[in-house]
Amino acid sequence: MEILDRDGLNHLVDSLLATGHRVIGPTVRDSAIVLDELSGGAQLPDGWGVEVAPGSYRLRRREDMAVFAHSAGPQSWKQFVHPARRKLWQTDRDGEYVPAEEDRTPLAFLGVRGCDLAALGILGQVLGDGPRPLVIAANCTEPGGLCFCSSMGTGPAAGPGYDLVLTELLDPHRFLVEVGTPRGARALLPVPRRSARGPEVASARSQVASATGRMGRVMPEVDLRTLLRDSSAAQRWNDVAQRCLTCGNCTMVCPTCFCTSTEDVTDLTGQHAERWQHWVSCFEIDFSHLHGGSVRTSAASRYRQWLTHKLSSWYDQFGSSGCVGCGRCIGWCPVGIDITEEAAALAAERSGSDARA
Amino acid sequence: MSGDPLLPLPYVVTDRAPETDDTVTLRLKPVRLTIPRLRPGQFTMLYVRGVGEIPISISGNLSVVDGSLTHTVREVGAVSRALCAAPVGTVIGVRGPFGTGWDLPSACDTDVLVVAGGLGLAPLRPVVLAALAQRWRYRRLILVVGARTPDDLLYRRELDEWARREDMAVVLTVDRPTQGWRGQVGFVTEPLSWLALDPSATTAFLCGPEPMMRFCASALLRRGILAGQIRLSLERNMQCGLGQCGHCQLGPLLVCWDGPVVNYAAVGALLTIKEL
Amino acid sequence: MRARDLFGEGTPFAGLAESHLEVLARAAREVSFAEGQRLFEEGAPAVGCWVVRRGCVAVDTVLPGQAPGVVQTLGPGQVVGWSWLVPPYRWHFGAVAVTPTLAVELDTEQLRAWAEHDPSFGYPVAMTLLATLLERLQATRARLLDLYGRPHER
Repeated sequence: MEILDRDGLNHLVDSLLATGHRVIGPTVRDSAIVLDELSGGAQLPDGWGVEVAPGSYRLRRREDMAVFAHSAGPQSWKQFVHPARRKLWQTDRDGEYVPAEEDRTPLAFLGVRGCDLAALGILGQVLGDGPRPLVIAANCTEPGGLCFCSSMGTGPAAGPGYDLVLTELLDPHRFLVEVGTPRGARALLPVPRRSARGPEVASARSQVASATGRMGRVMPEVDLRTLLRDSSAAQRWNDVAQRCLTCGNCTMVCPTCFCTSTEDVTDLTGQHAERWQHWVSCFEIDFSHLHGGSVRTSAASRYRQWLTHKLSSWYDQFGSSGCVGCGRCIGWCPVGIDITEEAAALAAERSGSDARA
Repeated sequence: MSGDPLLPLPYVVTDRAPETDDTVTLRLKPVRLTIPRLRPGQFTMLYVRGVGEIPISISGNLSVVDGSLTHTVREVGAVSRALCAAPVGTVIGVRGPFGTGWDLPSACDTDVLVVAGGLGLAPLRPVVLAALAQRWRYRRLILVVGARTPDDLLYRRELDEWARREDMAVVLTVDRPTQGWRGQVGFVTEPLSWLALDPSATTAFLCGPEPMMRFCASALLRRGILAGQIRLSLERNMQCGLGQCGHCQLGPLLVCWDGPVVNYAAVGALLTIKEL
Repeated sequence: MRARDLFGEGTPFAGLAESHLEVLARAAREVSFAEGQRLFEEGAPAVGCWVVRRGCVAVDTVLPGQAPGVVQTLGPGQVVGWSWLVPPYRWHFGAVAVTPTLAVELDTEQLRAWAEHDPSFGYPVAMTLLATLLERLQATRARLLDLYGRPHER
């Protein structure tokens, strides 16, 4: 285990850029911490934190210069591995279908938290593994008010799948680096660093461990898969439908929501046609369209679909939960619907009906 | 064969035969490369240039050697209307095959009961053709077909030929008879209550509107056929065919991947959950 | 012919106790109808009930200026004729053999008398007929859905 100082982090970014990577990391833009292509480590959000609550997200100045002490922002890494809009192919008069060219620049993700690292793994499970980005994870030492990754078993320590993992330490500002893969080790090679001392490692460990107890949210301790599977007739769906605007924000910000539609377009001559794929939401009425009408028209059924898929049928389809506990769906819900509260209400309704039965 | 499952292969319409006033059977021949061979019950995605793409089950004989595909299409939307109108020579993009098949060989040494409603006969036609091609593998072969009116029956000439065969039983029933109709009048569940069946050794294949399949399954359960012996083909919004676009979910199932052919034991309870 | 042969597997009465089948059999006789022969006419006094053994019977109604409208056909094992069960005991529809048909005809006057006299016989018989009727009602409702029509026309 080794230690990088704040300059070392910039060195790491520079060396990734020098080896031809597109480096994606957090940066401040439009009053939010967004994920964007970095041209240097100075763009990282030093000293910025966030205040989050249901339906609310605000940047705040921190008293320290921490880089990774902000919880999930409005974007996730999904947009870089599963773009919101992409061309699949085109065809011209010759009738051949030509696949769209893909940008083959290697990606490096800097500052991926445990929740989001798990989300990348889940997306890979759903969509098949594409070219793997270099992942520099960040163990979480400061969970936000909407976080519940410890309930979902995805954090605060980043799980497997990273090439390097950082734990941020303050006073003095530095990062404990652990190597996950030979690829990570190679990326670290040109970066100035020193060996970590025992107390530094212990401090990093204890800060990550204590983060578990500082989550703003918690999922009810029940078998969510069974709960949701058996709750299709719950009254709670009608209750949530009174609040849900079916805007689909939760699905857009969710780091694992993967649904897409295809769109076929032609130019005016009809000679040239293209197919595009773009993100869609299961909250859209058309999403379940069959000739004759949509299967899910009520808001209750669409919310039920989303939550049941996320917490239950995802296991049947892809072998895990679809929720990683990042809390984005709570923060970006315009009416502040809280997935943990809904799950708890369903659990209460279920145990109530069990008690009656 | 194409490596990318999202990339269509060009096929050309070589034959176009109207079945009813809104349904057409198309024969498609590969321009160059062919998609892998389909099994009865599987579907392809058919793309009409500039209009869009829809899933259509295979409806023809699958033992043909030239790689050509037969699809029966009913005009219900923009793409199906364009397919139905496609003249011979039109180039269609084809992806596939996708989904599960009927798995007819597993019905070996049992009675094969095929129940079709409306356009549901199209995906089941390959089952009948395959069973007839290897008739010795199966015991009795019973085909029950329901339609709105006699004029709405698909493959009319073939149905008449099958009805004349000694080695299969054909029951045609319509909701509304027209003058001169000699077959049954009634819902497709009704023959299921009087047909001589051997519940312990029958494999049932159902295809048609979802309520029709539910009602038929109930009728068969009443006759003592187990849910696990009943297969049905489901329909949902399908766009990718690979279980990746999310549209075709039915509870835990991705219909394009886990279906379209599913076992009634696995889906019976799901089908009665409203707006699932 | 033994009661089991008349009302066995494939008929609605298959589930009745042997003793009840024996009683039923005493009110039963085998009849046959030629193609086109009427079992009964719409509006006539309703006497008799038939269980089709072979062939096919159409239930129909009079349509002015047209051939009778067939609302349903009934095949082997199915019961033809219900109007004898409840007042005013008149046929609501007509019934005609579509093909040469063999059926078991029940003497409904006898049957009603026995059932009224002995509810322990009448009740299971009535329940058996009700179950058949329910199945028929459900199938008719399914047909009302016009499931094969084009979705936007339904």
